[in-house]
Amino acid sequence: MSPLKDVDIAVGPQHPALKEPASFLVSLRGETITSVNVKVGYNHRGIEKATEDRTYLQNLYLLERICGICSHTHATCYVQAVEELAALEVPRRAQYIRMLVGELERLHSHLLWFGVAAHEIGFDTLFMYSWRDRELVMDLLANITGNRVNYSVNTIGGVRRDISAEQAADILKAMDTLEERIKYYINVATEETTLINRLSGVGVLSREDAASLGAVGPTARASGIPRDVRKDDPYCAYAELDFKVCVSDTCDVFGRTVVRLRELQESCSMIRQMLAALPEGPLTVKAPRKVPAGEAFSRYEAPRGEDVHYVRSNGTEKPDRVKVRAPTLANIQAVSKMLEDRFLADLPIVIAAIDPCFSCTDRMVEVRRRGARSRELMSWEELRRHGIEWYRARGVDMGTLSRKYITR
Amino acid sequence: MDKEQDVVAKMREIFPFPEGSIAVQRARRINAEFREGDFDDLFNRTVSAGEFTMLPAISGLDQGDCFAVIYHLAREDGIVLNLKRIVPKEKAEVRSVTRLFPCAELYERELMDMLGIAVNGLSAGRRYPLPEGWPEGQHPLRKDWNKESLDT
Repeated sequence: MSPLKDVDIAVGPQHPALKEPASFLVSLRGETITSVNVKVGYNHRGIEKATEDRTYLQNLYLLERICGICSHTHATCYVQAVEELAALEVPRRAQYIRMLVGELERLHSHLLWFGVAAHEIGFDTLFMYSWRDRELVMDLLANITGNRVNYSVNTIGGVRRDISAEQAADILKAMDTLEERIKYYINVATEETTLINRLSGVGVLSREDAASLGAVGPTARASGIPRDVRKDDPYCAYAELDFKVCVSDTCDVFGRTVVRLRELQESCSMIRQMLAALPEGPLTVKAPRKVPAGEAFSRYEAPRGEDVHYVRSNGTEKPDRVKVRAPTLANIQAVSKMLEDRFLADLPIVIAAIDPCFSCTDRMVEVRRRGARSRELMSWEELRRHGIEWYRARGVDMGTLSRKYITR
Repeated sequence: MDKEQDVVAKMREIFPFPEGSIAVQRARRINAEFREGDFDDLFNRTVSAGEFTMLPAISGLDQGDCFAVIYHLAREDGIVLNLKRIVPKEKAEVRSVTRLFPCAELYERELMDMLGIAVNGLSAGRRYPLPEGWPEGQHPLRKDWNKESLDT
């Protein structure tokens, strides 16, 4: 029999593991991957160039739309740089509200990731549990900011929304439920043998490779590198909070899972601390329209890792240059290493394990009835009711299922 | 800010920075500007003497009369050195730093695509972030570029 020949297959730009485009040219020998050539850039929208034609405030809303999941990340990272250039001292209450929304964003992002990861390995029950619990966080974000994503909480010099005592109580109540569920997920991840066996030794990235390839966030921390901007280069008021940097030395997808689940616990604890110590005072300071010439480099620990923004001002009301380096760009370079000499079947979960970004921004649906000329708008509440009734008409009652099978 | 001042002192030992071209901006932020000399040697020595273990980003700028490339170097203790290298427009090229920081590959490809700065010593690979088939000589982050430039 003749020996196996290498085969090249193109995975992407549209492919099963991601909702966003990226291309992986994979060379295979049998079922083993010999090399991977990654191509990104399909989502390049010219946002950095566009910032040069907009005012600092307009850019805040533009940059918040870089990502549908970690929108607050980009908005905060950018606004910190602008505030540094304008020498603004952001009120402490505003700093706390920024952190609060930031940690809620981490909760929903990690829960979303956990669901996607479970789906990639065929554990769809866990996927649905995790996404159900993510809705608790999404409801909190909608409650306190008016939006499920793109919360627009920041403004230059502070925040646009306050937290009332009732909202704080709602958040604490949701934390009770979430903390219990997160504990359950940690038990599942660390005790359920199918999950452990499927994720252990998969997508290995040694500590040395993680360091030299510039991996960030949970990807780096699961390779034993205890880096976290909130600890190393604290922004907002993170220096006032008590939290652990979660690391794992397993260097595989299993480690990345455990790190993210433990980070959920840390975020809940931080949210409790913030609400207990929420300072009184104003929400904003007045920001100038024109920003003095200068340069600022801002860092932020996004759910996926370090996000950086560089802003150069020239004394006008528009920036001279805004540079963004999002965490996935830092982590994507490690993916080829994680896949080398591994099975093709591991490709979806390995790619998903760096948690590359995708959007979930729809909260209002425009309906055009067949034949009708006019359009109707469906609100979030109507859409939700429509979904429940659609299933009910087909004999599935989610409420009953939930009461029957879900503990509590 | 003793640690930051230590880094500045070490940088001054490595290279005779003219007055005003290196300064501590605030806690954990140092800015330095390099105009003439052996940049590659300065970069290598800065990384080892300053204990910089990370290169979170490289920013390319069109400053009108010249380009600039800022290497944002970071240490484990949170100190960031924004090392700016001025690049003349008539000789828009730099040397790759991927030997020290393999992670720099995509950041350097971005310099090539978006500003048209040549990066010598970068291994062959697919372009980033502009699409295959993007016209030659069109670099969107140059100040004289606008979308009408594509029609010419």
